[in-house]
Amino acid sequence: MTMTYLQKLEAESIHIMREVAATFSRPVMLYSIGKDSSVMLHLALKAFYPAKPPFPLLHIDTTWKFREMIAFRDKTAIELGLNLLVHTNQDGIDQNVNPFDSGATAYTHMMKTLALRQALDQYGFDAAFGGGRRDEEKSRSKERIFSFRDSKHTWDPKNQRPEMWRTYNTRVNRSESIRVFPLSNWTELDVWQYINQENIPVVPLYLAQRRPIVRRDGMLLMIDDDRLRVRQEERVEELLVRFRTLGCYPLTGAIESSARTVPEIIQEMLTVRTSERQGRAIDSDEEASMEKKKREGYF
Amino acid sequence: MRMVLDDDMLIEQDAPVTNTFLRVLTCGSVDDGKSTLIGRLLYDTQLILDDQFSALKRDTKKHGTTKGDDHLDFALLVDGLEAEREQGITIDVAYRFFVTPKRKFVIADTPGHEEYTRNMATGASNADAAIVLIDARKGVLRQTRRHTFIASLLGIRHIVVAVNKMDLIQYDQDRFEAICGAFQAFSETLGFRSVGFVPMSARFGDNVITASPAMPWYKGRSLLSHLEAIDVDEDRVDQPFRLPIQLVSRPNLDFRGFSGQIAAGRVSVGDSVVVAKSGQSSRVKSILCGRDNVETAVDGQAVTVVLEDDLELSRGNMLVAPQNRPQLADQFMAHVIWFHKEPMIPGRSYICRTEVDSIGATVTTLKHTIDINTFAQKAATALQMNEVGVCNISTQAPIVFDSYRDNRNTGNFVLIDRFTNATVGAGMIDHPLRRAHNIHWQAGDIDKHARAALKLQTPMVLWFTGLSGSGKSTIANIVEKLLHARGKHTYMLDGDNIRHGLNRDLGFTQEARVENIRRAAEVAKLMADAGLIVLVSFISPFRSERRMARELFEKGEFVEVFVDTPIEECARRDPKGLYQKAMAGEIKNFTGISSPYEAPASPEIHLRTMGHEPLDLAMQIEKFLDEA
Ligand SMILES: Nc1nc2c(ncn2[C@@H]2O[C@H](COP(=O)(O)OP(=O)(O)OP(=O)(O)O)[C@@H](O)[C@H]2O)c(=O)[nH]1
Ligand SMILES: [Mg+2]
Repeated sequence: MTMTYLQKLEAESIHIMREVAATFSRPVMLYSIGKDSSVMLHLALKAFYPAKPPFPLLHIDTTWKFREMIAFRDKTAIELGLNLLVHTNQDGIDQNVNPFDSGATAYTHMMKTLALRQALDQYGFDAAFGGGRRDEEKSRSKERIFSFRDSKHTWDPKNQRPEMWRTYNTRVNRSESIRVFPLSNWTELDVWQYINQENIPVVPLYLAQRRPIVRRDGMLLMIDDDRLRVRQEERVEELLVRFRTLGCYPLTGAIESSARTVPEIIQEMLTVRTSERQGRAIDSDEEASMEKKKREGYF
Repeated sequence: MRMVLDDDMLIEQDAPVTNTFLRVLTCGSVDDGKSTLIGRLLYDTQLILDDQFSALKRDTKKHGTTKGDDHLDFALLVDGLEAEREQGITIDVAYRFFVTPKRKFVIADTPGHEEYTRNMATGASNADAAIVLIDARKGVLRQTRRHTFIASLLGIRHIVVAVNKMDLIQYDQDRFEAICGAFQAFSETLGFRSVGFVPMSARFGDNVITASPAMPWYKGRSLLSHLEAIDVDEDRVDQPFRLPIQLVSRPNLDFRGFSGQIAAGRVSVGDSVVVAKSGQSSRVKSILCGRDNVETAVDGQAVTVVLEDDLELSRGNMLVAPQNRPQLADQFMAHVIWFHKEPMIPGRSYICRTEVDSIGATVTTLKHTIDINTFAQKAATALQMNEVGVCNISTQAPIVFDSYRDNRNTGNFVLIDRFTNATVGAGMIDHPLRRAHNIHWQAGDIDKHARAALKLQTPMVLWFTGLSGSGKSTIANIVEKLLHARGKHTYMLDGDNIRHGLNRDLGFTQEARVENIRRAAEVAKLMADAGLIVLVSFISPFRSERRMARELFEKGEFVEVFVDTPIEECARRDPKGLYQKAMAGEIKNFTGISSPYEAPASPEIHLRTMGHEPLDLAMQIEKFLDEA
């Protein structure tokens, strides 16, 4: 009797979640509504069964998420009977910070990074789970599973704690915290295969469907509501598209795809020649941008 | 031949992973080409996607160490931190994933710089195999030895030596063979089960995944084919059952489950199991794996076990096989690798963290360090950063473990600084020390010293004497906080408080004052006997009573602290309004006013408080204790 690769990944993630629940006084799970969050939540339900996960979910709502995401979020929380906290950076709303006029970098900093820091401080969370994976991006591939943050939420990539075996250092002083990445060792393909194996619900936006699209800056943007101002020279097309990652709709590019089911997505992944984050505006914004954002406290 | 991802990899996901999955790291000296090799492997197995490839071309122009020519700097695919790209070196470990039709790989690219040895160890701690890179021009270097040694120490049994940059030595076969010989000679004693050698050029791809036309003399496997062939059969399923308990699940009164990840062996419903720390036994009633009830679970699975009986069992403990139990001891010998700039010094107290347990610990003896070049034992008084030493370690209470040789999961620990919480070292347990057994099994030995040894401290009485309002309690209080923060077990006896209870029947006549002191001294003695550090804060105005108290204790145990504040100052402060009343004649026998205070002639510590903050004074006492 030996374990499959997915079972190994699953066991590792569950072990990590239990370590957090057993050693921190106020953990929280960042719930971003994407496929990784869906998997992470599914693992949490398994890790503590028959008890419920002993921590709330936190969604940082920029107010620019796809409508289907918000609907999925609320439905999930109700169906599973989980405690969902939603936080929006009110300063950003007051200053009318938005993805069109403010620029992706400033917008992300205000509505995601600062919003997250506010929420963590407000509730005094000492550990926060994130769905980040090492295969996503170069600086993520360098990050520990238990990633220490000082009282200003700063990540110091040149001075990470050694992380030996599965013996984690879970100790922090007051107002310091740890970001925990239980999916560190999963790849995008692993995530989809697991979703397929476990029948995990995901936001329908991941599956191909005809959607209203404009082409802008090399991205296929979906018109999710009338806040997306269609420019004179732009043409709205009905295209068969899906999303590989989900974020704020004005910053998340769709891909043309006919994969309408999870097995078809997996099939597609075996031939695709671009990376997952390619559809995200914020990453190409500046050189080494992910590391910089992470150092400032972004997930 | 290029590998293309195809449907096979889908099938492979469901296949058992024994020997279809390998965790491997690259190591070796600075600039030997570790990151370049991994970039090359990813590229040649077509795992670099189009947008990543364009980014690599851009990056090579900007940061590449191969700028002069037209070649891509593959290291930039893995060196993902800004500082790494700027300096052209690896600082921290990067984890990359790739698959071939034969196997799935997790590769950890570790830094060659000696300064970042901790990050190399991080990458090695979970690996099954290591690729040791050697620059063909330089041969075996000090870092080659260090990394090979650390890999062996951490339990890696399979090595592939990649002699890299063959392009720079005209693919010289003799030179290659000489390096292989040198490596074999020094690594002979390190206990590797397999060592392979490949002449290679990471930069140009020779012998990385395909045979090199430039080295027709080499008939062996390519590096990748070596990695695909390594036979890790490290089957812990047949070892005795171990389940370290992470947490107790108690969602309602009807359910009490013990959650953890099985660290060795297997367990089935109906099996008898033993609680490692108490020796109590029970049977397995049910096993949950996720939401499913299962009959049997094996090594590596995360489970929740329900027992037939209600036993005392919580985090830090272990459920184990009755016939073959782990060690339970508070003293053991271990190999320790040190990560921190501040050296490890015997006698210092750290937090010892095993997978699920966490406890105060002291390195009692540094037996020797190990020379990286010769692997010889060297005597030393401290363990410096990046050194490996053999130590005796004593924990405040017994912990459960196996020897690291038998089980990498249950035989390891890390040491954590008590104040900064930095991970300062990592240890691999060799065996328990006999003394641990003696202390536990010989009841007669449980005396003051045994109790104090458990607390890792020397029992002591700090006797604060001084006028009312001189600051005794304030200072004693801070001293207690300082000691407590250092993990010391303390207790404070305060004159006012004791008079509310134990000495409620005593007044302030001379006799009553003597009896007051006698009782306080006797209580302090009992507490010192329990192993505590006792802080007594009593005016204790008479020399003779203080001498009487002193005589109850062993030499050096009684520390008299004279809190010396002039009476004018005490009367000025008058925190309780007593001086005012005494001077008005409302209180009889008030020390300093209507009853004498005999200042100590030669106290161990003489605190002149005027012009000093209580914290500074408390720290003077702390310093005295450190030096004592
Ligand atoms: N000619 C030649 N150069 C190589 C080869 N492999 C690596 N290099 C070059 O050697 C330099 C160092 O390579 P890296 O891959 O960064 O070395 P490293 O071992 O990862 O270095 P650290 O991680 O900092 O210890 C780079 O300039 C590479 O291009 C090779 O096979 N031939
Ligand atoms: Mg490198």
